[in-house]
Amino acid sequence: MAERIVVDPVTRIEGHLRIEAEVKDGKIVDAWSSSTMVRGLENVVKGRDPRDVWAFVQRTCGVCTTAHALTSVRAVEDALRIVIPPNADLVRNIMAAALYMHDHVVHFYHLHALDWVDVVSALKADPNQTSKLAQSISSWPKSSPGYFSDIQKRLTRFVESGQLGIFANGYWGHPQMKLPPEANLMAVAHYLEALEWQKEIVKVHTIFGGKNPHPNYLVGGMACAISEDHIGGLNAERLAYVGRLLEEGKQFVEQVYVPDLLAIASFYKDWGAIGKGFGNYMSYGEFPVNGYNGKEFKYQQGVILNRDLSKVYDVNHRNEDIQEFINNSWYNYSDGDDKGKHPWKGETNIKYSGPKPPYKHLNINEKYSFIKTPRWRGKPMEVGPLARILVNYARGDKETQEQVNAVLSYLDVPIDAMFSTLGRTAARALCAKQAAGWGIEFYNRLMENIKNGDTRMASSEMRDPDKWPKEAKGVGFMEAPRGALAHWIVIKDKKVANYQQVVPSTWNASPRDPKGQRSAYESTLLDTPVADEKLPLEIIRTIHSFDPCIACSVHLYDEHGKHITGVNTVSVCTV
Amino acid sequence: MAVTSKRETYLESILKMGYTRRDFMKFATYMAAYMGLENSAVGQIAHALEKTPRLPVIWEHYQECTCCSESFIRSDHPIVADIILDKISLDYTETLMAAAGEQAEAAKHDTMKKYHGEYILCVEGSIPLGDDGNYCCIAGKTAIEQFKEAAEGAKAIIAWGSCASNGCVQSAKPNPTDATPIHKLVSDKPLIRVPGCPPIGEVMAGVIVHVVAFGRLPELDGAKRPKAFYAKRVHDSCYRRAYYDAGLFVESFDDENAKKGYCLYKVGCKGPMTYNACGTIKWNNGVSFPIQSGHGCFGCSEDNFWDNGPIYERLTAVPGFGIEHTADSIGKAVTGAIAVGIGAHAIASTIKSKLKKSEN
Repeated sequence: MAERIVVDPVTRIEGHLRIEAEVKDGKIVDAWSSSTMVRGLENVVKGRDPRDVWAFVQRTCGVCTTAHALTSVRAVEDALRIVIPPNADLVRNIMAAALYMHDHVVHFYHLHALDWVDVVSALKADPNQTSKLAQSISSWPKSSPGYFSDIQKRLTRFVESGQLGIFANGYWGHPQMKLPPEANLMAVAHYLEALEWQKEIVKVHTIFGGKNPHPNYLVGGMACAISEDHIGGLNAERLAYVGRLLEEGKQFVEQVYVPDLLAIASFYKDWGAIGKGFGNYMSYGEFPVNGYNGKEFKYQQGVILNRDLSKVYDVNHRNEDIQEFINNSWYNYSDGDDKGKHPWKGETNIKYSGPKPPYKHLNINEKYSFIKTPRWRGKPMEVGPLARILVNYARGDKETQEQVNAVLSYLDVPIDAMFSTLGRTAARALCAKQAAGWGIEFYNRLMENIKNGDTRMASSEMRDPDKWPKEAKGVGFMEAPRGALAHWIVIKDKKVANYQQVVPSTWNASPRDPKGQRSAYESTLLDTPVADEKLPLEIIRTIHSFDPCIACSVHLYDEHGKHITGVNTVSVCTV
Repeated sequence: MAVTSKRETYLESILKMGYTRRDFMKFATYMAAYMGLENSAVGQIAHALEKTPRLPVIWEHYQECTCCSESFIRSDHPIVADIILDKISLDYTETLMAAAGEQAEAAKHDTMKKYHGEYILCVEGSIPLGDDGNYCCIAGKTAIEQFKEAAEGAKAIIAWGSCASNGCVQSAKPNPTDATPIHKLVSDKPLIRVPGCPPIGEVMAGVIVHVVAFGRLPELDGAKRPKAFYAKRVHDSCYRRAYYDAGLFVESFDDENAKKGYCLYKVGCKGPMTYNACGTIKWNNGVSFPIQSGHGCFGCSEDNFWDNGPIYERLTAVPGFGIEHTADSIGKAVTGAIAVGIGAHAIASTIKSKLKKSEN
């Protein structure tokens, strides 16, 4: 009989995620992924002004803090047929590029690195050798022996103090920790540098949106008026500030993040064969080149099945291709729990039926999660950086192909190694690098537009509800840092009648569907070796490779506590 | 083991880290400024930090979006990141800690035992009471159980952000999970509310530093908020205030008046009824704040702000005008009472300025 181990809480993520896994002969033979928290945001936005909804649903996630706001304004603009000015598209793109950089860097160093980097081992490093290592992989200036020596002293004193804080009970000395002490010391130094750096790149959001986390968006464009002559607007000083931030962000990604990723990955090539999963990938597309309503996107949309890169299917958000199931989720459908529903017709009637807390295990033979199970034409999909890199690769995008091939050749591994925990982690770094370059490209176009006299930033024409149709439906999508994200909205009589969010972690973290097919987390954990069943290091390596973001929810109650059918929503976002 | 005696003081730890005493004084000055204290308090803060050992902190996450943790790590003064992340001993936070699962829970319980009565409990997120608390479970226990356990031995509790302070978005109507703020669930502990969605990073750092420096909570207003940061309305520190007083308003986004940076009151700005430091400290090391970037304040640090009317609808009932009020002197009663408020004042201002113009 296999033993079922539990990891709860899965830390270094956003939200509340629980993994249960059966281990037999040192390998995972089955796994269950569960979200144990629900808030019901889609129900909260029902009946509200569609122009306000972006702010409510932005609070789905404070880590990918712009993603839900952008997706929401796109959904409302789609429903009301609003075309925003080109400058607003460019500003949104620049903000999305800054988000990619911030999010992927923070994920790599602060949420994922401690699965691969042994902080305690760094105490044994030779600072001179660490310096040589750093200088051999990058021209980043902070690389002297003295610099690494200071970091090491600081770390030594920290450990000697006896209070390990966030490093307490980490997996130090675990047999799966493979980096030499010098690489560990370099990574610890960059962990601290990245913590400083991340505060800077978000200032792009502060300038355009007033604050970060949770900058402001606007249905119809953006609120940051361009004004060359007034201190209140986007003037030359503000725009120059953005330009500098983007340049510095790009430098950090290219000179620190990408070289570190490659250096660390070269010690963990065996993870190119672990965490493979079912091999279906979906990307919605992002970074519209000529407006969101245009056809050209930097990341193209598409679906890949069974790791076959010779064929890419188109995504359609408006037909029945995408459906959500709740056969294993703590909800009911009015016409039976075994059917799928397209989000425009979605329901979310929450009904917790799990074990009574406190509990040791979930009832895996019954419903076991607050996350619904989305499917594309009935198939499970993996979404995220790996999916969008593979879709671009398969679509023949030259830039992506060159970058992927460069990584494969550096690591000396075949393309098959991309379908793995290692590939997922490497793809994320490539996305940060691409976004860094595109951010500057969009910035230059914004400057060019202003120079040419186009200072429009918002269209106010359709902000007047009296001009809206009596009923309208819309969908907004974004290729968020964590993957395919879409919101579906139904507007009736100037109010939100239904709102559904299907977020990246809904795709990846969901429970099994009616056919028993596993979603991405559960599928990729199969066959993972586990050295010590008491320490879940290998499990969190693969789960973290998805960058989980699990604050989600659903369900409908009316004010008297009765279940309502026919409306509703769900969402999962995860860090 | 005499743990307490082993813990080093801030000054010791900073000097060890390679900072100078001068850096240390600079930091104390920053913090005094952010806390709105007189210069004379700098020495007091420095003195307190010199003598104060590291403080264990448990940071719990319930119904939240993690924006508070994200804001906290944005705090921008060089030494603050080092001190706050290294020098409080952040023994449990799901967002950053290395350990997961049983090892994570063990780290928390070690601290709860070893530092019983000494640690600070930070709470990010509301707690759902609906369906016996089943809507949020961590490690197989409900959030309310986890909270009770952690609160029992806490020296004080900090409710970070609007979720923990007022329930925030999940408690907006119809509050599907009966999401409940922390102060309604505990009455026998010193508690501070730091509202905002999220609070400003430097405000969070300021509160923490005050607690570690003085071993007690900063001075609070009647709503348990730190007076230094929540005593004034955004309206009273807004650099666009002069346009409000002159009756010059943005009529719709991106219009000519928006380009001129006029007041955003008519497109829904809730600055006149929002108590926060956005206009003074601003965001992300003072780079901007919502109004400066062209969008009205929507009052994210106020109780029930999600249900205080549509975001883009102008306020019809606002506290008095002109005078610099504090939260306590105006109080909640006024929010609903003075209906004349802005409208009348704005009209008067407009007339005044028009008269002036015609005189010219």
